[in-house]
Amino acid sequence: MFSHDKMFLAGILTFGLLAGPALAIDFGRPATPAEIKLWDIDVGPDGKGLPDGSGTAVQGKQIFADNCAACHGDNGQGGIKDRLAGGQGTLASNMPVKTVGSFWPYATTLFDYIHRAMPYPTPGSLSTEETYAVTAYILSLNGIVPADGKVDKESLAKIRMPNRDGFVPQPEFDPAKLFRRK
Amino acid sequence: MTSKTSSERLPPSADVSRRGFVGGLSAGLLGVAASEVARAETLADVPDRAPGADLSAHSERSRFARLDRIPEATPGKRNVDPSDAINSKTPHQKLVGNITPTDLHYERSHSGVPDIDPAQHRLLVHGMVQKPLVFSVEDLKRMPSVTRIVFIECTGNGWENWKKADPDLTVQNTHGLVSTNEWTGVPLKFLIDLVAKDKGSTWMLAEGGDGAGVDRSIPLTEEIVNEAFIAYGQNGEPLRPAHGFPMRLVMPGFEGNLNIKWLRRLKFGNAPWMTRWETARYTQLLANGKARQFQLRMETNSVITQPSGMMQIQPGYNRISGLAWSGHGKIAKVEVSTDGARTWKQAQLAQPVLSKAQVRFQMDWDWDGKPTRIVSRSTDEQGNAQPDRQSFIAAMGTNALFHYNAQQTWSIDDAGRVRNVLA
Repeated sequence: MFSHDKMFLAGILTFGLLAGPALAIDFGRPATPAEIKLWDIDVGPDGKGLPDGSGTAVQGKQIFADNCAACHGDNGQGGIKDRLAGGQGTLASNMPVKTVGSFWPYATTLFDYIHRAMPYPTPGSLSTEETYAVTAYILSLNGIVPADGKVDKESLAKIRMPNRDGFVPQPEFDPAKLFRRK
Repeated sequence: MTSKTSSERLPPSADVSRRGFVGGLSAGLLGVAASEVARAETLADVPDRAPGADLSAHSERSRFARLDRIPEATPGKRNVDPSDAINSKTPHQKLVGNITPTDLHYERSHSGVPDIDPAQHRLLVHGMVQKPLVFSVEDLKRMPSVTRIVFIECTGNGWENWKKADPDLTVQNTHGLVSTNEWTGVPLKFLIDLVAKDKGSTWMLAEGGDGAGVDRSIPLTEEIVNEAFIAYGQNGEPLRPAHGFPMRLVMPGFEGNLNIKWLRRLKFGNAPWMTRWETARYTQLLANGKARQFQLRMETNSVITQPSGMMQIQPGYNRISGLAWSGHGKIAKVEVSTDGARTWKQAQLAQPVLSKAQVRFQMDWDWDGKPTRIVSRSTDEQGNAQPDRQSFIAAMGTNALFHYNAQQTWSIDDAGRVRNVLA
């Protein structure tokens, strides 16, 4: 026999099931795959997140001149903002020059950063193809990609940057050891 | 107290009357302009009382109190045009107590200060989760909240002194990139439970809604999961735009740039993303040419703010005061040397001493008028001691640019002039 209390409890549970778990549904709303895709722009060092498409250093030279040279200089040097080329072999000196070629450990980061943050006044305004092309051009300025070279999502992740081994993680937060099971 | 002889040591431009000098000292501390220092020599000279101004919707600072941040660019590029500034520094030499006034909290912004309508702001939480969700500001405000007083410190704090010490720097120039406020928001753990994060997710990407879309990878250690929160309140009011309105991540004890402002996305994954900011930017180049990466915690630190760079003191009684903080927890003790780090005395700490918050210290000092150097060093509850400059540089070199926490020394000459020096 059901007591009144038990029937009342059953009613709450039924209502709860129909309405969904009250606390979880009360806050926020489900994100749809289409809208996640709009914002899901990050690119990992393994190339995960890179879009389809490609660009050449030759195409990139003109796009760079139109969109980037005003701050970064004609060949990625001598501008008012960050120097992008050269500096290799200076990191252990008294005047280290940190550029894409001398310092950046991953070529994927270059695509990600141009895509999310550049050009400074109009971030995100370059198309995927243009972003690949500028990426290829900056890499070519550093001798990492040939002057007639091309990059796409497969080749970019495979590029081994000159300073790839130049980083030493702080032991407390070393990604290689941090969440290993003891 | 002040003798006539010592007054005569002041440069000709200074007001050599004792009254004027005492006024000058409080100018240094409270930001009162020297020309507006009261000249009342007797009580009869104090202006009569009278009805004051109308009450207003906002109470502004006294016109006699001048407190300003200084927008700056890279080391050595000070007092720049605001459009060229990349940060704005807190005037610690003019502040008292533990809490930084909201409008004087330091700022580092990577693409200006966005003007965000909270009705149009959304936070997307997705990645390795069972239920990707979108939250509005109102959603967050309805959730259970935490309130906590913590320091936030730019990793560039102290960067003026890596290679040399310009003698004309104030403590605002050397240490103006750390501040302490009370922040209110939703525990990260609460959102982790709402989206049902996969157990295999060990790193989280946090991304801002600024033009630069600043993003950092955050390891989901037990400490971070338990302490991080998404703040919408700052000292009791909505966040200021400069500090991330309408919502920011607060990461007690960790690098300022992990405290992502204008937060709009949290993505769960199982490895760091190697963003520009955690590779090319906020890594520390060592003397051997290798760069230290993921040095995420802010170190044990302290600085004397009174007297400090560009002030002038008089022989006799002086009260030394400053701030200490550590990303490891509570400050256990602060010691002060007034003889160039030869002997040390323990300073008093203002209560309460909170974990990962700045605390004010002070000490009485009778200056004999001879040239000397004053310096502070802090030790936290984990036993981490603030290093002297020599051992700090021996370990880090002079190219690291970020995470400078060596002891700050101020020299004092026989005229009482306080200047920035390396040690």
